[in-house]
Amino acid sequence: MPKDTGIGASTRRREDVRFLKGKGEYTDDISTRDLAHAAFARSTVAHGLIKSIDTAAAEAMPGVLAVFTGQDFADVGGNPAGWLINSRDGTPMKEPKRPVLAHRKVRHVGDAYAAVIAETKQQAMDAVEAIEIDIEELPAIVDVKAALSGDNFVHDEIETNQCFDWGWIEDNRQATDEAIKNAHHVTTLELVNNRLVPNAMEPRSSIGAYKESGDEYTLHTTSQNPHLTRLLISAFVMGIPENKLTVIAPDVGGGFGSKIYHYGEEALVLAAAKRTGRTVKWTADRSESFLTDAHGRDHVTKIELATDADGKFLAFRTETYANVGAYLSNFATATPTFLHGTLMAGNYTVPNVYVNVKAVFTNTAPVDAYRGAGRPEATYSLERVIDKCARELGMDPIELRRKNFVKPDMYPFTSAAGLEYDSGNYDALMDKMLEVCDRDGFEARRKVSEAKGMLRGFGVNAYIEACGIAPSNLVGQLGSRVGLYDAATVRVNATGNLAVMVGAHSHGQGHETVFPQVVGEMLGIDPSTIEIVHGDTSKIPFGMGTYGSRSLAVCGSAVVRATDKIIAKAKKIAAHMLEASDSDIELKDGNFTVSGTDKSVSFGEVALKAYIPHEFPLEDIEPGLEETAFYDPANFTYPSGAYCCEVEVDPETGKVRVDRFAAVDDFGNVMNPMIVTGQVHGGLGQGIGQALLEGCRYDEDGQLLSATYMDYTMPRADDLPFFTVDHSQGTACTHNPLGVKGCGEAGAIGSPPTIVNAVIDALQSGGKNVTHIDMPLTPHVVWSAMNNA
Amino acid sequence: MTKVTLTINGKSVSRDVEGNTLLVSLLRDDIGLTGTHVGCDTSQCGACTVHVNGESVKSCTMFAAEADGAEVTTIEGMANADGSLSVIQAAFQEHHGLQCGFCTPGMVMTAANLLKENPKPSEHEVRAYLEGNICRCTGYHNIVKAIMAASGQDVSAIAAE
Repeated sequence: MPKDTGIGASTRRREDVRFLKGKGEYTDDISTRDLAHAAFARSTVAHGLIKSIDTAAAEAMPGVLAVFTGQDFADVGGNPAGWLINSRDGTPMKEPKRPVLAHRKVRHVGDAYAAVIAETKQQAMDAVEAIEIDIEELPAIVDVKAALSGDNFVHDEIETNQCFDWGWIEDNRQATDEAIKNAHHVTTLELVNNRLVPNAMEPRSSIGAYKESGDEYTLHTTSQNPHLTRLLISAFVMGIPENKLTVIAPDVGGGFGSKIYHYGEEALVLAAAKRTGRTVKWTADRSESFLTDAHGRDHVTKIELATDADGKFLAFRTETYANVGAYLSNFATATPTFLHGTLMAGNYTVPNVYVNVKAVFTNTAPVDAYRGAGRPEATYSLERVIDKCARELGMDPIELRRKNFVKPDMYPFTSAAGLEYDSGNYDALMDKMLEVCDRDGFEARRKVSEAKGMLRGFGVNAYIEACGIAPSNLVGQLGSRVGLYDAATVRVNATGNLAVMVGAHSHGQGHETVFPQVVGEMLGIDPSTIEIVHGDTSKIPFGMGTYGSRSLAVCGSAVVRATDKIIAKAKKIAAHMLEASDSDIELKDGNFTVSGTDKSVSFGEVALKAYIPHEFPLEDIEPGLEETAFYDPANFTYPSGAYCCEVEVDPETGKVRVDRFAAVDDFGNVMNPMIVTGQVHGGLGQGIGQALLEGCRYDEDGQLLSATYMDYTMPRADDLPFFTVDHSQGTACTHNPLGVKGCGEAGAIGSPPTIVNAVIDALQSGGKNVTHIDMPLTPHVVWSAMNNA
Repeated sequence: MTKVTLTINGKSVSRDVEGNTLLVSLLRDDIGLTGTHVGCDTSQCGACTVHVNGESVKSCTMFAAEADGAEVTTIEGMANADGSLSVIQAAFQEHHGLQCGFCTPGMVMTAANLLKENPKPSEHEVRAYLEGNICRCTGYHNIVKAIMAASGQDVSAIAAE
């Protein structure tokens, strides 16, 4: 086995070749001879009653094949929330229907109320302009706190804008209140976790096709989890039997959460395909993406940290208003609750935690999981209040954290927020971080900055997150309406090559390279003979897709289990071929050998024998060599890390420049260090973007002010430094076969508080009494904070 | 309709186009060269970058009719004649300069133009030149590194895995 292709090798990605040559196949790249195009009529007001829609003129336009309105879908199902949350008083959350097209009412700018199908995209767009709608505009509900008073409702039928009022853990509330009341010191911080737009570079796109002969539908779509999309369309929205619907997610140009969910456009193109008898494509333009992709974050939080005189943490208490937008997206209710509240003990032995989250409907786009999903919000609140506490107590922020860390001999450790951490070593991460960032050189660098008239700050952060989503038993108790296992099939062909069908979907994560590294090493064969099949419900047994840093920890575990079954059966076949007992067969370097002898057969010979079963003991061994495994994790995995950065702030302009950034993560065992490092880089880019640049803004009328790349600041190459990334301090996950934890979201979780802590440090070093600034820390925001301090 | 004749990746092509047809639409929808991507509608993201007469151009900001008589190179024309990856493409693979691949064609086209103008760019020069190309996956670290490596500079000191 060449060491550059097995587990732990930085194998170069095989998928790169097609992408680099322009031969990737994304949804919008697909065309058919019978292709027609869809365009949507979208609300220009945030909140209004639809009095009438007149489509006659549009229907008469050249090339128009069909026009749909909300009335066409009034009798079909809605797009459901995947997670039931109960309020503190035990009542279930409010769950208004999310229709395919808005009916009777529009609820956010961009809410689609009609669609045109035409021969060309231009004709469809022109016809959309000819649809006449009479809307009685209502006052827009934008602010989450204001939304909870008055009688103006996003959804009139639920007579409130509060989706739920959740407490975690409700039984801890009194003890937490007592601990805070009696504490030596309490640090309080009010903060906003700024609303973000995911902005995968490939806009959403869907193509619906219908075959009358078999009453069969096919949907090509930009999805992170095609099976979930199929399930939602089949079971909830359209009632198409699952075995009559194929969902294919081909190459997908990034997701970051926004492509987990089922969107109405997917149902529309399927309905349109059946009505018109044509293949129907819709591709979002970027403004549509801004208006209708599920957004991220958008929390308003008050957090309190109680400590004793020595800085020992006694309690965290938070109250959060979480904006869920106009409709519940599929995981909108899980994100601010079980992916957020359960992490509010952080890396710490704090005995009391109480989290209150009020989820609020507003006349804005739906808000759901975006890279990190709840855990960035938890980490930001914790690590900002801890930094503020350190300043108030006059303690070193690193020492304050160390004093409260869970120590390596305490695992398994049940946190005060109810999760059981299986492994970790937070001091080792901090030690490594201090080494790789050259903390000792900071003071000298600060002097150099000051000599230039700049303020230099050092910021630190420790995070823990819950990945490998998720143990079905546990999440089922917590309200999840789906299981969160994954599945894989390993098919050994007669000629010895393999196809591995996986339920995870790769949209940049490198599955086509990494899964063969694992299977190749287990079987002792060349990974280039192993092909990964993903993203097609007709080829793969099942799968829950890729999000929550779950692909390797959950689907990878299914791949290992299926490969284990292959090995077990192959040993039986080898034993038959070698006239030995299967318990005496060893697999090494791709050969099956009778232990202690030189009798062996190769993997290829066994594969061939499986399909040419002459003289097979058929009562013991079936022909063929193909195995499927479903893997459901025993627990979440718990990646953790220590991050730091140095920033320079220009006191004249308020501009922040990130000069150095070091991320030291514990991802458990690492299969491909190159890919893991790349995942961290990407997360850092998004997290630093959140901290310094990105802010999604609605005005008081619910108009989206940041709806293009000229108004929403995406991180560019010259906004970011080279990063220092280290994952040498991994502690293996104790409950999955590869010992892996997941790396996709860490960078976006750990970096925002690191940046803000560093900027506060810089400003304080310049004598400014600034204790907090809400993100994004744009020059104007920082300058204003400095000059108002 | 206007008849345009242009050379795309070394082959002469003629098509009738509407006056408002964009070059990117001609490439993707009429010619079938779907390696050139559309990531925005405001000429910000750079995913549609191609070369027109040797200069990098965002093909969403140019009418197809304006390209009449031009020599156009797209990502499909960037590999070596034998199909192997060119120096820049190979450096992107070697240094993991792409993840989802969507911005990648534009990045490669822009990088090629940069290295033609400035054969040994500094880190700062690379970052500044990529102003018009947005990537959401990589944090740019490995893109900058790949471009510097493609220029023949030693990038081993830049943190890798």
